[in-house]
Order: sequence, then structure tokens, then C-alpha cells
Amino acid sequence: MVGLAGCALGLRGTAASLTIPWGVPAGAIAVRVDALSAFFAAPVFLLAAAGVIYAERYWPASRPRGTYVRFFFGLLTGSLALLMAADNTLFFLAMWEIVALSSFFLVATESTGSAARSASWLYLAASHVALLSLFAVVTLLHSMTGTWRFAALSHAAAASPAATAVFWFLLVGCAIKAGAMPFHVWLPSAHAAAPSHVSALMSGVVIKMGIYGLLRVLSLYAATPSWMGETILAMGIVSSVLGVAFALAQHDLKRLLAYHSIENIGIILTGIGVGLVARAHGATAIALLGFAGGLLHVWNHGLFKSLLFLGAGAAIQGTHTREIDRMGGLGRRMPWVAASFLLGAVAICGLPPLNGFVSEWLIYLGSFSGVARVYGGFGWLLLISVAPALALTGALALACFVKAFGAVFLGVPRSTEAAQAEEAAPAMRAPMLVLAAGCLAIGLAPRIVSAPLARAVAVAGGLSGSVAGALAPLQAVAIALAIVLGTATTILLLRARRAPRAPTWDCGYAAPSARMQYTASSFARTLVQFFAWAMPPVVHAPRDLPLFPAAARHETHVPDTVLDRALLPLLARLQRLFGLARYFQSGRVQLYLLYVAATLMVLLVWSFR
Amino acid sequence: MTALLHLALLLIGAPLLPGIINKTKALAAGRVGPPLLQAYYDMAKLFRKEMVLSETTTWVFLAGPAVSLVAALLASLMLPLSGSKAPLAFPGDMIVFVYLFALGRFFTTAAALDTGSAFEGMGAAREVTFSALAEPALFFGLLALVRVGGALELSSVLAVSRASWHNATAALVLIVASWFIVLLAETSRVPFDDPNTHLELTMIHEVMVLDHSGPAFGVVLYASAMKLFVFAALVATVVLPQLSNPLAGAALCFAAIVVICIVIGVIESGMARLRLVRVPQLLITATLVAAFAVVLVLR
Repeated sequence: MVGLAGCALGLRGTAASLTIPWGVPAGAIAVRVDALSAFFAAPVFLLAAAGVIYAERYWPASRPRGTYVRFFFGLLTGSLALLMAADNTLFFLAMWEIVALSSFFLVATESTGSAARSASWLYLAASHVALLSLFAVVTLLHSMTGTWRFAALSHAAAASPAATAVFWFLLVGCAIKAGAMPFHVWLPSAHAAAPSHVSALMSGVVIKMGIYGLLRVLSLYAATPSWMGETILAMGIVSSVLGVAFALAQHDLKRLLAYHSIENIGIILTGIGVGLVARAHGATAIALLGFAGGLLHVWNHGLFKSLLFLGAGAAIQGTHTREIDRMGGLGRRMPWVAASFLLGAVAICGLPPLNGFVSEWLIYLGSFSGVARVYGGFGWLLLISVAPALALTGALALACFVKAFGAVFLGVPRSTEAAQAEEAAPAMRAPMLVLAAGCLAIGLAPRIVSAPLARAVAVAGGLSGSVAGALAPLQAVAIALAIVLGTATTILLLRARRAPRAPTWDCGYAAPSARMQYTASSFARTLVQFFAWAMPPVVHAPRDLPLFPAAARHETHVPDTVLDRALLPLLARLQRLFGLARYFQSGRVQLYLLYVAATLMVLLVWSFR
Repeated sequence: MTALLHLALLLIGAPLLPGIINKTKALAAGRVGPPLLQAYYDMAKLFRKEMVLSETTTWVFLAGPAVSLVAALLASLMLPLSGSKAPLAFPGDMIVFVYLFALGRFFTTAAALDTGSAFEGMGAAREVTFSALAEPALFFGLLALVRVGGALELSSVLAVSRASWHNATAALVLIVASWFIVLLAETSRVPFDDPNTHLELTMIHEVMVLDHSGPAFGVVLYASAMKLFVFAALVATVVLPQLSNPLAGAALCFAAIVVICIVIGVIESGMARLRLVRVPQLLITATLVAAFAVVLVLR
């Protein structure tokens, strides 16, 4: 109920705040909505409304912890809205903390399972490391500007060492919040453990707050040196390529989608990086393309990723498993969910004529314009390498989503649950169809977003100009493509209306079974091995089999390299190191009193020296 | 007018290309071989036949052939087949060109998985794997051409780069070499895939369409011939001189495409398919060759 009320209020507000910047300064709680915050806030309200309607059937109040989920979902939505409206830096941090805490409770919804418990604690720890880093940003900004508001830095202040320190703290804090490689450790497990409509909101908008924070603070700088853009650009490229490589290796549907969030955050950062590098070199036309592509991808990813999470939720509800290899054939049982998921999958792969292509196309265009006029320098080389990196990312994402869509919705059911799955309830289908319509609308008519996009870019990058002109031919091509595609498919379908049915041809083998289908793991194996240098798979295979082997198991999974191979071993070592201090911590109060007395004596001697 | 010439060239000319390759291979082997127009006969026969569908398939199965046909058709409009300007040219069209084929690939492989057959799944897995490695090569080549051509439209880029063969010779040679390898990979020719193989386990493209029949299979054949045509035309337009007369230009372009097909036929007669584990290495070589082209034009 709280959520519904919040959304209704918000949806009314969006229409006004999208175009009209207004300010309500009120003491410490200063709220101001400008084009940038309105741009980031619009998807919050849409996705929260979609999530609330979806949850009516997916997680009804009658289900265990039904009211718990509703309460924290509403709290999350409200704090997200205030976070973006905050003009006071401390209020901004306080709101971000409420966002993090309500997300923590939502991730911990199914805390009877150990997976959700450890995922939520990991999330809590990571988001507080980020908060600590952001505290440093805010205090440094205060020391430079003398105010707790977001105030522009002068030229001299922007060039000072303090401003450099602000950038590094900001980058770490926002990269953790956004889940960019290599600061993504909390993201896959948290998004996988949360209820699906919460994952949709977390992936769709909560991680974008990292991007918002980055842009909001960077917009205070009068000018940013090239190396700042280069750092963000490099992080974006690494995040997008490795994010999708890790996604390919997953066999849990929601973990797979979670790794794709890392990839898409990478694409957004790449766009922003292109913008910053080009702006630092005075190439404003390229900078405009980069910023516009990155910001548009914020919207696009919000739309298609939440669509995919909602679709995944419906598939999981139908089959009672998150394992891709235990699903299959759901397309015949739940055609609406399958069609929406397919649309989301095509969109996230960045394929025309859907919305993912539009934003990636803008970033590509920035990279291609960069190569046409090279100035030299490392930043420019990075800018050029964006195009091949995005191409590799796109092609790997395609492989991953063909795998996911094919293994989940196509073929023959691989388990009895999958064979008996039922179509999702209308309350769950409706929000998915709305999101799908959004993907289609931005894909077919990208010019409708060019006005709000231009205003947001003006605030974020200080650039005037619009990409409407560049988008015009793309819009025509997209509409033509959609019409011809629809016609061609319809003609073939009409032709096949009365086609007789026969079993799938299995090369003469008479009794094909569902278990003989190509599995999702086999589908991705070659590409996963290709990235084994970055993500060595763990294989449990039977070795030294006797002459007459008994039943054996073969299992592979790919652990997160940063978390499982670097961070956790490091933390375990640190824990052992700090364990040495246990020697002094005996648990006896008398001994502690002795420590206090001894310390006092030492200090007394020190002061008399 | 040029658009009509374009479409006529593509729609009528494309099915001739598999015939030329097969004839070349037959001549090299000392056989008579199938008639040049065999693909036309096959398609005419298939379009008249009844379609049989697998019991497991959904609408995605038929979207596969339809999307790949449309993608090849639309992509061809961005190439300057007949003269200086393509029917469809706007800044950034080269990205749409590449992504149209990716769209076709998405639906072809999804259609293959729709049948639930192990063989078709295997083919789909290979297709997406190899294309993922071929795509960066294509983009490195495009980057180098944009640098030489100084524009963002595919047809202007190709026009300018052709005019600058004398000062960017090495880079253009590298691009042609790299893109020729990509052409072989994308159109499933030897050494990536053997269209003549009889063992489903070793196929890539052929195995994905095992279950398509009748008109749907006719569309598959037509689409793959068009894809061959478009990729051959892409390589040809990098090399060809520019003619003012559109008819002469189109004829020259078609002649170059025929020559490329003969070269493909000669290659197929001369070598066997690579082992699957070697295929990625060749594709990475193509990527590196194209990357060197970028390095050459950047200096």
C-alpha cells in the first residue's frame, strides 16, 4: 500500500519535473529537481509502479513476509526519489543510506536460506565501504566550497589536489554502488537472492544511483582533465567485456541477468568516459554523442533489464528453480512471458530496431567520429578502442541471450516442473507488456527522447546541443526494418498455418529425449574457456575411474574471480593477522582494568617527562 | 532508380553465387557439376512444396529465416553497388549494417534451439561463438576505413578510400585480407565450415536448418545466398574503381563478386575444413590484421 501510494504520487510528479526545473530550499533538507535528477527519477517511478503491480501476484501479501516486502519496497522507492532530489550533500548521503538499508532488507527477504543471508550481508558490507568513501567526498567538497550544498567548484579548486582526491573517492564509492568491475563483488548474489520484482528495481534503478552520483559531482567541476575520463572509460570497457564473459558462464538465470547489469553499467560508463575524454580535448560534438549515449543507456537498461527480471521471475515461479538447465520449452506454456522476454533479450543485445541499439549506436558514433580526427594521446587510443570492445561485448551478449532464451523458453521441457508450468497471471504480464512497449517505443522513435536527453546532457556535461538530428535517419530505418520484419514473419507464419507436425529430425535416431538437448552450459563452453584466463572454472569431474565405474557426477561452475579468488582470501588473511590481537582479549574484566591502569600509568609518566 | 537497380542485382543475382562456387569446385575436381542455376531450381521447387514443422517449435522457428532474409536485404541497401552513393546512406549506417547481421544471427540460432535437437543446438553454439570473434575484425576494418575516408557513411567512406589506394595501400590490403577471412566465416565456407559435409556433427550452418522444410527452407537458402552476396560486395567495393555510369558500375561490381566466388571455390577445392579448435585462432588473426590496418592509418 505504501508503495502504491508512493508511486501514484511519483508518477504525477514526473510529468512536471521532466521539463520544469524547480527549487525548494528548506534549511538542511534542500530539495531541487533539475533535468539530470528528473532524467534519473523517471524510470524509478515507472519501474516501481510496474514492480508493485507485478508483486500483486508474484509476492502477494498472503505470502510469508508479504507486508515486509511491501513496506521495504515502498521505502526504497521513496528514498530513491528523495536521493535524486537532494540538494544538500548530507541529506543526499542519508537518503542513500536508506536506499542501501531497505535494499539490504529486501535482499534478505528469504533469509531462511543461507544464500540470501550471506548475499545480504555482503551487500551491506560493500555498500558501507562505498558510503565511507562518499563521506570523504562530501567532507572534501565542504572544505573546498564551504557549503553543504552541491555547489560548483571554481577553476582553481577543480585543479587542486583536493579535487583529485574527491575524484578517486567518488570513483570508488560510485563504482561499488553501481557494481562496476572490479567493485561488483556484491552485485551477482544480491540480485539473484532478492525477489524478482526487487531485482528488477535494484538492477533497473538502484545501481544507476552510482552513475547519478558520479555525474552529479563531476558536473560541479568547471573542467575535468583527460585522465579522469580515461579512468572511467577504461573501467567501462573492462566492466562491459568481463561482465558479459562472466554472464556467459552462469547457469542460474538471475545471476546471469545480474552479471549483465555489470556489463551494461560498463556500457554506460564507456559512454560517459567517451564524453569526458572528448570534452577534455575540446571535441564537443563527440562529447555530446558520448554523454547522450551513456545517459540514454541508463533509461534503456532500466527498461529492458527490469523486463527481463520480471520475465525471469515468472519463469522461476512456474518451474520452482533458477537453474537454466532445468527449464526449457516454456515458450509453449507461457507464450506472453516468452515473447516479452525475447523482446527484452533482443533489446539488451543492442540489436536494431529496439532501444538498446539506439544508445549503443550513439556511443559507437562517438568512437567513429573520434577516429576520424585523432589528436594523439592515450585517451584518444582508448576512445578508438571503444568500437571493437563494444562489438565484442555485443556479440558475447548475443551468445549469452540466445543461450538463456533458448534454454529457458525453447525446445522441450527438461523437468516435470517445466512441463507443467502455467502462463503468468495478467497482473504479472501487464507490467511486462508496458516495459516491452517502452523498449519498442524508444527503439522505433528515438527522437521522442532527444529533448529530455539534451537537457540532462546539458546539466551533466555542460554541453548544449541535441542528438535529434543524428537520430532522424536511424528512426526511419528502424521503423522500416520493423515493418518489413513483421510482414516477412507473418507471411511465413500464414504459409505454415496448416503445416503438418512431425518429431524433430534427430539424424535418424528414433527416440530423442529432452535430456539429449544441447544444454546452456555446453552452448557457452567454448566462449567460457576462451575467457578462462580471467575466470578459471572449477570442475568437479570423476578421476581415475575403475574398470567398471559406478555412478559419477560431473560439475562445473565459474566463481567470481574478484570475490572468491582475491577479496575473500585477502580478508581471511587479514582476519588471521588481527587474530593475534586476541591474545590481549581474554574476556576477564580484571585484566582489562589492569590494561586501563597500565595505560594511565604510562601516560602519567609520559606527561611528567 | 539506383535503388531498383540495387534490389534487382541482389534479388536476381544472389542465387547465382552458390552455383558459381559449386561449378568452380566441380571443374577443379574434374567433374561436370550441378548447373549454374541449380539454386534457382531448388528454390522454385521448395516454394511450391508443403512445409513440415517439428512438434516442439513455436513461431520463433519461422522468424529465423524471415529475419535473416530481411536483414541481408536491408544491409545490401547500404552498399554502393552501382556507383558512388548507396540507396541508404546516413552517418553511422555502417554500425546498422553490422548489427543487422547480428539480428539475423540472433533469430537463426534461436530458431535452431527451438527444435530441441542436440545437433542444431551444437550448430547454434558454434555460430554465435565464431561470430563473436569475427565481429571485432569487422569493426577494426571499419575504423581504419573511417580514418582514411574521413566520413561516417559507409558509401562515402568506401568511395574516398578507393580513391586513396596510392597513399593507404598497405592498410587497405590488410583490410581486404581480414574481411575476406570474415566473409568466409560469416558465410560458412571452408575453412570454417564445409557446406558439403555429410556428418551433422561437423556442420555449422547446415545443421542449424536441418528442420526447416519447404518454403521456409527456400527462404533459408535465399537468405544465405544474399548474405554471401552482401559480404562479397563489401569486400569488392573496397577495391573497385568508381564509375559514373550506374549500369557499368553495377556490372563491374557483379563481375567482382563473381571473381570473389571463384576464389572461394578455388580455396574450397584446395584445402579442407580446419579443426574446430583452430577456427578461433584464424579469426583472431583476422582481428589482429585489421587492428594493424588501424595502426597503419593512425600514425
